[in-house]
Amino acid sequence: MSVAPDASTQAQRAARDSGVEQAARFEAVIGLEVHVELNTATKMFCGCAIDFGGEPNVRTCPVCLGQPGSLPMINVKAVEYAIRLGLALGCDIAPSSQFHRKNYFYPDMPKNYQISQYDVPICLGGQLEVATADGSRRVGITRVHMEEDTGKTIHMAVHSERGAISGRIHGAEYSLVDYNRAGIPLLEVVSEPDIRSAEQARAYLTELRAIVLALEISDAKLEEGSMRCDANVSLRPVGHSVFGTRVEVKNMNSLRSLGRAIDHEIARQTELLSSGQPIVQETRHWNEDTATTSTLRAKEEVFDYRYFSDPDLVPVEPDSDWVARLRAELVELPAARRSRYAAEHGLAPGTAALLQSSGLAGRFDEAVSAGAPPAEAAKWLTNEVAAWCNERSVDPVTAALPGAHLAELTRLVADGTLSTKLAREVLEAVLAGEGSPGEVVAARGLAQISDTGALGAVVDTAIAGNAAAAQRVRDGNTKAIGALVGAVMRATKGQANPGLVNELLQARLKQAGER
Amino acid sequence: MHPLVASDAVSLRMMLDNREVSATEITQAHLDRIAETDQHVSAFIRTLDQSALDHAGDIDRRLSAGSRVGALAGLPLALKDILCTKGVETTCGSRMLQHYRPPYDATVVRKLREADAIVVGKANMDEFAMGSSCENSAFFPTRNPWDLERVPGGSSGGSVAAVAANNVPLGIGTDTGGSVRQPAALCGVVGVKPTYGLVSRFGLIAFASSLDQVGPIARTVGDAAELLEAIAGHDPRDATSIPTEAPDLHSALEAGVEGLRVGVVREFMGEGMADGVRQVVTAAIDRFAALGAEVVDVSLPHAGYGVSAYYLIAPSECSSNLSRYDGVRYGLRVDGETTEQMMASTREAGFGREVKRRIMIGTYALSAGYYDAYYAQAQRVRTLIIRDYEAAYAGCDVLVSPTSPTTAFKLGERAADPLAMYLSDVYTIPSNLAGAPALSLPVGLDHDGLPVGLQLMAPVLGEPVLFRAARALERELAIDSTPRGPGSLAQVAA
Repeated sequence: MSVAPDASTQAQRAARDSGVEQAARFEAVIGLEVHVELNTATKMFCGCAIDFGGEPNVRTCPVCLGQPGSLPMINVKAVEYAIRLGLALGCDIAPSSQFHRKNYFYPDMPKNYQISQYDVPICLGGQLEVATADGSRRVGITRVHMEEDTGKTIHMAVHSERGAISGRIHGAEYSLVDYNRAGIPLLEVVSEPDIRSAEQARAYLTELRAIVLALEISDAKLEEGSMRCDANVSLRPVGHSVFGTRVEVKNMNSLRSLGRAIDHEIARQTELLSSGQPIVQETRHWNEDTATTSTLRAKEEVFDYRYFSDPDLVPVEPDSDWVARLRAELVELPAARRSRYAAEHGLAPGTAALLQSSGLAGRFDEAVSAGAPPAEAAKWLTNEVAAWCNERSVDPVTAALPGAHLAELTRLVADGTLSTKLAREVLEAVLAGEGSPGEVVAARGLAQISDTGALGAVVDTAIAGNAAAAQRVRDGNTKAIGALVGAVMRATKGQANPGLVNELLQARLKQAGER
Repeated sequence: MHPLVASDAVSLRMMLDNREVSATEITQAHLDRIAETDQHVSAFIRTLDQSALDHAGDIDRRLSAGSRVGALAGLPLALKDILCTKGVETTCGSRMLQHYRPPYDATVVRKLREADAIVVGKANMDEFAMGSSCENSAFFPTRNPWDLERVPGGSSGGSVAAVAANNVPLGIGTDTGGSVRQPAALCGVVGVKPTYGLVSRFGLIAFASSLDQVGPIARTVGDAAELLEAIAGHDPRDATSIPTEAPDLHSALEAGVEGLRVGVVREFMGEGMADGVRQVVTAAIDRFAALGAEVVDVSLPHAGYGVSAYYLIAPSECSSNLSRYDGVRYGLRVDGETTEQMMASTREAGFGREVKRRIMIGTYALSAGYYDAYYAQAQRVRTLIIRDYEAAYAGCDVLVSPTSPTTAFKLGERAADPLAMYLSDVYTIPSNLAGAPALSLPVGLDHDGLPVGLQLMAPVLGEPVLFRAARALERELAIDSTPRGPGSLAQVAA
């Protein structure tokens, strides 16, 4: 019997044979496991509300606290969300899937087992097309399965002068557990090891997030943990088909840290292999501050989860008519939308992607159908609206900006009623709920002054009050006109039409020069 | 004995309807009986005298006002301490939950209250329902009213002994591998394991979820039928609950067995059965023939593997179900230096030997590398047993066998030999694996004067024919279910 050496052994040998300069000849093999927290009204197996913030342990009941005798009931809405994501990813929807118990002890897990899906998940075998700098790449989706989230453990270390502070488990004097999150439905999306670089990984996660947002099944915030991503990274010599030893990297909570962690892990493994050292199969923890990974669990410490079918639950058997209806009702997916934006509105792919990733694509469609010029609508949304929401931590999807309001705003700018600067002020007022752009303009008296007669008098006063600047303009220093424009703007509280002011100033200063 | 405590539940209910007696009088008579006899039997972990009398008083007020009262109005009931009662300690016979007060009522408890049954106490049991003698209770053993030196059987020994001792007319137990039927046989009362999914498990503290089922205990078949009708029916809080109405057990109860085909399970009549049990059971089966039933021989070829399969499946499920007892959220907590040590110390102190043994067996059976050889194999055996039953019911309406291979054994006799204890359930376990209903009926006494139970089995949701056959034999045999003889409660209490 002959035993084929695995790729990492081959890689070590290749590295020894050819020296460190051959490092570039390794290829990274990456698969991602993404957890998506669903925004259903209630938890996966009980009627507790899903919400964030507030007092710890208030959104709990006997079921999600694992009280003796309590039993789980499957949230049909969560099943629907799983099917919709599966359909969007081109997966097969299993006519019958099962919940298993994943057994391990941890204080933030009320039952000391997690109800999850194991060998019979609800969605199998899809793919995701992602755009990268090197062109489009197809990443296979192994599976999408349903499970319940855990609670949160906060480790407290007590210091006499500073009171209680939270920290790592080591050295903690006590721990507090909040079960508000326990039982929130999660979908785990597992990719095939089809990703070859950090950039592709980021592109995959970006596209997956856009799909989740388009389906409106999660708010998918990496920073807040409603979307979480683990990466399995291994290396192999270019051209080899056998996989190398795999390392799982956890704790990346932004697209940026996902990219950095993968780059770091590739570099670390390249260095090990290049110096003839083996890769250890383990789970590593990404530390954002030090920009390094460190061992979290070695292979020997891996739990034996003792999976078995949960006897409290029956198989999930979605009616085929229901699945067909969900398929028919599937919303326009991001890739299709980007193509449509390019074809119908001439938007650049980057702008279209930005609209989607910021959750503003729906607003864009509304504004355009209300008559806004697409390029203008996209510009306002991706710049001003996105920034405003970001600063205030407002979900763009819920921001008070009906498409008709944005269309009205672009009209007011186009017809000269508002300058861009005034339009920003109006937009903020609209977002703050003060009414439509027209109402804000009326209420605040913000309409731009474009009356030549009225502005003429102000312009004359400005020239008279800034004689030196006026003289420099007459002498040919065109930049000096800025001081005069400024004076007019101050006098009109910014409402003067800047183009008209310029025109009037130049006409008068030219007249004077010729005289 | 006070005539009220000697009476069956159906008679008490009729007397209450006719205003011959009040719910308070019924309840007080039973509380007095408990005060007098439970020192000898130890059926109850806790009695609920005040709430029982309050409930009885409320029923009497409603009766006087002409308002509606439930189907079980005024009937005292012993509740196995495995069913959650809101705000009232529910120990599951374990140190782990000795002071645990559930924040909610089990569905069965809610249905019992709605039926106006009077819960007079929480009954003793083997810890987490693991045992066949009630000796595994963390608090004290319960004794058999027929011989106080003997066990009542288990795990629902407390509920069964309370019914046998005339402390209550009705009891609620749970049956995972025989835990209602085996003690019912050993104490000479009627005990039923309904179809899996007929009675809600919500609020039943899990031992082995795919096998656990709540069942009624009574001194007559008719009383057991009343109780089952009150607790059965679909529960939207239990995913394994069958979407069906409670069965109608009454319309056919007195229909007799003429023309029914009664199958005697060959594999359950072989070696390992005590002679006394064989004689009494064989005589009872002969009476079926005399009543006009056709008695035939049937085979369940894989039933012999039932105990082996059960002692992999049940411990596997229990190893996971009992993980939640870790000292973090409720129940016992023994402090430790780290969270892990706290959890380990809590479980070390909180669980008894048998519970630990089963957690270990189950953990092993589910482990990577052993799963296929043990757990998966046991599930395949389970499927074969289900098919055996299906084949048998193609030619029979009900099946019969002894309930237990022996009559009640002495306290301590099997405590040191878990395998001998496990074999107590050799005839009862296959019904749990098949999810089908079964009933134990007292059919006589052996040469030591100890009760012998006949097990009747029916297909899934076959409760109507099960009760009908049991009632026919009960009427024919006219057994006196009062414990008597040397060493019995009758002698001690007299």
